[in-house]
Amino acid sequence: MLKRIPTIAYLVLLLFLLTGDFLEAQQRFPKPEFDTGYVQPSPTTPEPRAMALEYFDVFVLLAVLSLASWLAIKKRSRRGLLWLSIFSLIYFGFYRDGCICSIGAIQNVALSIFDPAYAISITALLFFILPLLFALFFGRVFCASACPLGAIQDLIVINPISIPSWVRKTLGFIPVIYLGLSVLLAATGSDFIICRYDPFVGIFRMDGPFLMIFLGITFLLLGMFYARPYCRVFCPYGVLLSWMSKFSRRHMTITPSECIKCKLCKDSCPFDAIEVPIKQEYRAPEVSRKNLKRFILYIGLIPVLTILGGWIGSKSHIFLSRAHPDVYLAELMISQPELREDEENLDIQAFLESGDTFEQLVEEASLIRKKFRKGGLALGGFIGLALGITLMNQVVFRRREDYEPHKGDCFSCGRCMDYCPVEK
Amino acid sequence: MSRRKFINDGVRLTLGLTVVGTGVFSLKRSASGKDYVWQIDPVKCTQCGRCATECVKSDSAVKCVHAYDLCGYCDLCGGYFKPGAKLQTGAENQLCPTAAIQRRFIEEPYFEYIIDEELCIGCAKCVKGCSAFGNGSLHLQIRHDLCLNCNQCAIATSCPSDAISRVPADKPYIIKGDFTSEEEG
Repeated sequence: MLKRIPTIAYLVLLLFLLTGDFLEAQQRFPKPEFDTGYVQPSPTTPEPRAMALEYFDVFVLLAVLSLASWLAIKKRSRRGLLWLSIFSLIYFGFYRDGCICSIGAIQNVALSIFDPAYAISITALLFFILPLLFALFFGRVFCASACPLGAIQDLIVINPISIPSWVRKTLGFIPVIYLGLSVLLAATGSDFIICRYDPFVGIFRMDGPFLMIFLGITFLLLGMFYARPYCRVFCPYGVLLSWMSKFSRRHMTITPSECIKCKLCKDSCPFDAIEVPIKQEYRAPEVSRKNLKRFILYIGLIPVLTILGGWIGSKSHIFLSRAHPDVYLAELMISQPELREDEENLDIQAFLESGDTFEQLVEEASLIRKKFRKGGLALGGFIGLALGITLMNQVVFRRREDYEPHKGDCFSCGRCMDYCPVEK
Repeated sequence: MSRRKFINDGVRLTLGLTVVGTGVFSLKRSASGKDYVWQIDPVKCTQCGRCATECVKSDSAVKCVHAYDLCGYCDLCGGYFKPGAKLQTGAENQLCPTAAIQRRFIEEPYFEYIIDEELCIGCAKCVKGCSAFGNGSLHLQIRHDLCLNCNQCAIATSCPSDAISRVPADKPYIIKGDFTSEEEG
């Protein structure tokens, strides 16, 4: 019993010190008592945007998607789709400042699945789900009329140039990598790169850091010649939409009745998303046999590429994990211990002031790095698998006698419908 | 053709279920489904000054807020005067770079300090002064009439002390006076 007394005394002393400290930090000077009847003001707290308005955004999205599906499939009106996209540009872009956005919502969903502490809002979840479900039934009507990023690029298409198919397909693989990377970084709680490098949000807000505005203007200038550069070369949400749209139940058609193979639509599409009829040569027996051999080869390649990708991904987890601020800080403090003395380095100074020990930080960082090991494996495997399937699709030739929109790449913008000379 | 249709229907059903399933799963994992906004925990804040520069708005949505409950109404205010400055209200003696703090005489020896949010840039210079020499009644808060509620707050990413986090939208502020009185009472 006696042995315990010093411990208790120590605890009491500690408690005393702590409370003393607390009081010192909070109230060095007592609150005065005023004699002159002075009324103390209270701090104002302007309210955030009302919840009801957030639900209204979802309602607007739903309305726009339904109207766009009707305009693209039933009414076949390019003009209607164009005006609807201008509405979305004004509403979701300039009025809502480009935030809330389906593209960015990928990250919220990824984070909510991997981090139980993060609660996703129903609005963000619906913004993620609704366009995908619509794409599953009616094609990429979201890209045609609901997406403000697509709308702003669609309006400035002036002189689109046709790009060789192999360049297009290679560039078209970048979004897959971007999607994988953004999900990995969001799931590990490192960063929301889609939002950070959103090129148009600075333009919607007419304000923003230099990089944002610079990216936005570059994309717009580029977009005059390479139509919708962000959608085709970067948009990670476009990857998901394209998967859905490939199996869409109904999709916009170029001609209302029978194709006369006049090629007018082919020239009207700024996105090279119209597929030409398969030439007879491709169906010749010897070509078919050659293609079959390549097809089998590529199918065999899929597991190889997946495993190879996973291996590379898990090998590069140390590099990838540096995107997380804690890992970055821990590495910095290990590699350059002299920075501890650097008054200018705010991150290290703030960490030293926080009271956490260096060991805690290293522990934390190695836990995060472990997550990146799994994440890197999954990312690499995903990219390998996607590459394999893309390759495989290159040698599949379906019988096609008419000019048809490529269901995956077509944004359902409706330009080709206007150019089709066939009457109903 | 019916074989193609069958495969297509099957894949469509699978994709649709995947999307809906992902949604349900993500909602279940996070349980609440409430809306969140960004806010600064003034106790964690180390007044590094990044709030003024990192916000996506060029005039930051972070402003200094005065918790009058905590204020000592000092004549020599550590948040108002530069350290070692004379007790004169000339601009050269003021800590605030934009002169956003208005000082008003109340009664001997007390002075009231009010933040002009139009002028405040959220640099936290006054907060640092007030926390170092005074009661810490001046502190930074994200003002929700200005905040765009970005998906990922740019200041939160670069905050060296992890002071910015998502808070429920129905309790959008962490004003210092509030929680000290809770702790006291």
